[in-house]
Amino acid sequence: MSLVRSASTVLAKELRIELRTHDLTNTIFFFVLMIAGLFSFAFSPTAAESRRILPGLVWMAFFFAGTLMLQLCFVREQTNDTLAALRLAPIDPFAILLGKILANFAFLAATEIIFVPIFSVFYNVSVGEVIGRLLLVLFLGTFGLAVVGTVFSAMAAQARMRELLLPLLLLPVLAPVLIAGVEATGELLAAGHSVGQMWVSMLAGFDVIFTTATWLLSGYLVEE
Amino acid sequence: MMLGKAAWNLAWWAVAIGLGFAGYAIFFIAPRELTMGSIQRIFYFHAATGISAYLCFFLSFLASIGYLASRQPRWDWMAVSTAEVGLAFDTVVLITGPIWAKPVWGTWWVWDARLTLAFIVELLYIAYLLLRRLSTEMDRRGMISAVFGIFAFLDVPLAYFSVRWWRTEHPGPVIAGGPNSGLDPRMWHVFAFTWLALLALMILMIRDRYRLEAMRQTVSEWKAEEELGVEMAEGKEVTQ
Amino acid sequence: MRLCGESDGDAGAGFSEVLLTVERNAQSALGVAFERVEKRYGGLFALRRVSLRIEPGEFVALFGPNGSGKTTLLRMAALLVRPSAGRVYHPGAENLSSEAVRRQIGLVGHKTLAYDELSARENLIFFARLYGLENPAERAEEALSAVGLGKRAGDAASTFSRGMRQRLAIARALVTEPRLLLFDEPATGLDRQGREWLDETFQTLHRSGATLVISTHDEALAALAGRSVWLQGGRMIRDSAGEPAPLAPEARS
Repeated sequence: MSLVRSASTVLAKELRIELRTHDLTNTIFFFVLMIAGLFSFAFSPTAAESRRILPGLVWMAFFFAGTLMLQLCFVREQTNDTLAALRLAPIDPFAILLGKILANFAFLAATEIIFVPIFSVFYNVSVGEVIGRLLLVLFLGTFGLAVVGTVFSAMAAQARMRELLLPLLLLPVLAPVLIAGVEATGELLAAGHSVGQMWVSMLAGFDVIFTTATWLLSGYLVEE
Repeated sequence: MMLGKAAWNLAWWAVAIGLGFAGYAIFFIAPRELTMGSIQRIFYFHAATGISAYLCFFLSFLASIGYLASRQPRWDWMAVSTAEVGLAFDTVVLITGPIWAKPVWGTWWVWDARLTLAFIVELLYIAYLLLRRLSTEMDRRGMISAVFGIFAFLDVPLAYFSVRWWRTEHPGPVIAGGPNSGLDPRMWHVFAFTWLALLALMILMIRDRYRLEAMRQTVSEWKAEEELGVEMAEGKEVTQ
Repeated sequence: MRLCGESDGDAGAGFSEVLLTVERNAQSALGVAFERVEKRYGGLFALRRVSLRIEPGEFVALFGPNGSGKTTLLRMAALLVRPSAGRVYHPGAENLSSEAVRRQIGLVGHKTLAYDELSARENLIFFARLYGLENPAERAEEALSAVGLGKRAGDAASTFSRGMRQRLAIARALVTEPRLLLFDEPATGLDRQGREWLDETFQTLHRSGATLVISTHDEALAALAGRSVWLQGGRMIRDSAGEPAPLAPEARS
């Protein structure tokens, strides 16, 4: 069975479960909403300050929300030992990870589409003209988060204190994504039309490097 | 590992003397730098430790690949030993950095590219050690820490470029920069000597740490054997 | 055949259909062999130098106290766990790729290996799809009625009782029509009726030619199985088939 078919079977399963329970999407939706509000209370920024801190705020909010969501990704598969069921199947182990990566990406991307306008209103920063490029930048960074996060979720699932461990593993590795994402978003919001080529290629490079690494190492990741 | 115990002790003494001489050379042989003054002398130690730290992480990366390819525990021991020693060296970089920065830049900490990189790398390898500590299943621990070791090292160049584009206040490439950069030959010699002494220290530390890990493994095997022996001696019946 | 403890009318028909397909494959059923296999978790041995050859079509009961290595042995046979030393292979599948071997192994574990959030039917369709089978929906229905879950097929697995979960676990393993079936303490939590149903299922599967390896505490199963193997502390301490020569199925009484 081809990688694409088995990965999309896994993806469809993830989406079906999520559409039924809404556990993950509810969690990240509420979390990001909460951050959007609390941050304003904590710093009560002026209009100029908003423009400056908003990129960092958006990225941090989605990073932490993603970390929160990803903890459940493989823990869920342990409840009934379904990870073993997936591994029993005659499919490429990368298909299991890829299906989950795409599902996690989809959940986060959907939240971002909803929240970009909300942030824009809350912090009084207009994003109308740059919305396409802004989402492109966000999606590139989010894909990196989904790849590395899914892999680390598989790692942390069997460790002690996995709830604490995942952010500790994930956030340092994501430092380049955070820097590049925040800088690119900042340029879009300030200058308006252009975004630095190097930041976009940094985000894309991160995605390519870690997707390749995941593909090469997937056999070890799902082993027990 | 072929050397006897005495030879290793001798090696430790030699490294101690070498480092002592490096300290002497840094203060009394190397010339005083023009703009920064004596504080520049910390460069020998700071830069040499930094290079050694990244070398350690690179070795850890190779050992992780070795473990995945061969599944031999000794590669796992090598990966953790090099990562731990690298972390120790990186910590020294993070301590000497601010000492140098304070008189030169006026503040202890500056989010300068290379200091930030050293900081990110410190976080990455602390995370690596935490993952090992919190992993419960030993076989799996080797596997996932090897994967994390590979991911962490792949992240280093990305982090390097992102912080470099982000901001750079570091003294430009001194050693192999443009025509007017470059070290005085005496500085070169002192730097090379310091680095060699630190390299020897690094190798000895890795070797000791590796032996410790190997011994831990042996002890845990003995314990398991003993437990099983007790169980068998008690003649526990087969539950059917 | 009649399934004990089930009033589900369509149960019998569905089951024989599944069995027919299992039977079709039976000529080339899959065994499993362990050659001086070891498994260590850190310093702890789960298995030590276990050598065991189970021929295609055999019905083997695996006995041993908790922690004796039964689960590790079964998961190793299912290619879920790699041996730290030694070799695992599958007699009757010498020329098959590892993917093709996987396709023919079914495992019923301690847990259901099915998603609580999905219905029984959705679970089976998902796994049938994952195995690249044709008509996943039909297969799911067949397997569900075979274990007597036909009427609850649309309900979420989380609403099932212990016994029904066990039936779902078995249906999940059978939906892909495996030729080597591994059961890990399948009777745990089942009532007497459930156990009778289980014994009958084993016999039917055995008659259809599939290889069965069942770990259990239930001594009664030794009577059903043609061969019994005892494990303790990760070692194989007894094999009713006599060591070391493996017996061909027809040589056993």
